Amino acid sequence: MTFANYWRTRKQRLNLLGESCPQCGAILFPPRDVCPKCSGPAKTPKPLSGRGTVYSFSTLYSAPQGFTQYAPYVVAVIKLAEGPLVTAQLTDVSPAEVQIGMPVEMVTRKVYEEGEAGLIHYSFKFRPVLQTAAQIA
Amino acid sequence: MRDVSIIGIGQTPVGEHWEKPLRILGAEAVLAALEDAQLERPEILYVGNMLSGQLLRQENIGPLIADHAGLRGLEATKIEAACASGAAALRAAYLAVAGGMVDVAVACGAEKMTDAPSDETTKALVSAADSIYEAQHGLSFVAINALLMRRYMHTYGYAHADFAGFAVNAHRNAAHNPNAMFPRAITAEDFGQAKMIADPICLLDSSGIADGAAAVVLAPTAFARAQGLKAVRILGSAVATDAVALHDRDDPLFLSAVHVSTQRACAQARVGLGDIDFVELHDAFTIMAALSLEAAGFCPRGGGARLAMADEISLQGRIPICTMGGLKARGHPVGATGIYQVVEAVQQLRGEAGANQLHGCRIGMCQNIGGSGAIAVTHILERSD
Repeated sequence: MTFANYWRTRKQRLNLLGESCPQCGAILFPPRDVCPKCSGPAKTPKPLSGRGTVYSFSTLYSAPQGFTQYAPYVVAVIKLAEGPLVTAQLTDVSPAEVQIGMPVEMVTRKVYEEGEAGLIHYSFKFRPVLQTAAQIA
Repeated sequence: MRDVSIIGIGQTPVGEHWEKPLRILGAEAVLAALEDAQLERPEILYVGNMLSGQLLRQENIGPLIADHAGLRGLEATKIEAACASGAAALRAAYLAVAGGMVDVAVACGAEKMTDAPSDETTKALVSAADSIYEAQHGLSFVAINALLMRRYMHTYGYAHADFAGFAVNAHRNAAHNPNAMFPRAITAEDFGQAKMIADPICLLDSSGIADGAAAVVLAPTAFARAQGLKAVRILGSAVATDAVALHDRDDPLFLSAVHVSTQRACAQARVGLGDIDFVELHDAFTIMAALSLEAAGFCPRGGGARLAMADEISLQGRIPICTMGGLKARGHPVGATGIYQVVEAVQQLRGEAGANQLHGCRIGMCQNIGGSGAIAVTHILERSD
């Protein structure tokens, strides 16, 4: 990813900021400004909770250039509580524990370092929902 | 609109062509197709290719291949639609001839993937997906298909072993294809023991990295008949698209672009699915074969894998697929694949498919998919008697 693109996407990557459609009410992530459901303009910012469940997942053993040093790692599609699906890595979990339907929450993590300049790419990942001491008790 | 036929086919073997650059592979396929058509010079050349810019740092391959085929000066352009680039080039050639702009067009698909290290090729291939919202999270193209396969197995209750039939069928058919990359049979046991790439997709679910080029020559059917040329008619030609990212689709397990392009191509061809004798479909991964059969309508949703389990996809089955090995075993030089599918369908319809010949076949369908379902190109071909 270029530096410019990294900067441009900071709100959705770090804050999970989506959009909503004023015409049909659709909630969109990633933001795209035109509603794919009704084709109307959809530029209303919509912060998302970061809560969701695992829709599907895969443990990746053969990684693309730039990611080979991290393999194996778990990638997933998450069904967000607000409705949209989003693609991301899972973190803080062993591959054997992951199941479809598992509740997860968004965290900000390093995804990879790029090139000789070593630009560190931070983005959202998802982890199993942490229980508070009160919930466990 | 004019009726269009394929009057010539050419192909190089699919494999690791260390001794040949892309321009030579492409030129060999174009010249072989022109020789088969008994013509020396077309009016236009479309080259389907996905990765030349990324892996070879070479764009502008339309003129490059035209020049190396001895056709300097010819109108020649590259067409890109990820893994569907080959069929998209055929679609462009079809529009040119059907619309009456030219009389003789060549559609070539050419790809050179084995010059680069495999992690670089893996990175390049994922550009078929969403570069910001899929690739930047470390997904490979295989992983995107693995997400589909896992969800499919969960939704319909399949085990990984239930997909073996797709790979076994492809390898069995490739064993008799002299141009196939993997011309040898495999067993369901081999499938179960193959190395994992992106769980649940293993090596034998997946097509390999390959080089190759294929080409077809198109002309008006009336011209072909007047010249006494062997012709296979293009009855239907259609393209449909969907969201590029898996997560942007309403129902990721339904390949809407496949469904719509199949419907459009059948409507143009005035044929129903029951009239189709065989399908060269896009089995880049076993899950793509299952989802393609379902979206096209050959079985109910969730029934694609069952067709393979019941061996209904073999040369003797109800709906033979990948009759010369498919993407899995003939090989998948990505931008060339769509043309290989059509070359093989023409071989079947001319009765030139050797040991894999389907007896009495009259209508074949070719379907080439770009990305994980973002674009689907469908052509329906008919034997000309």
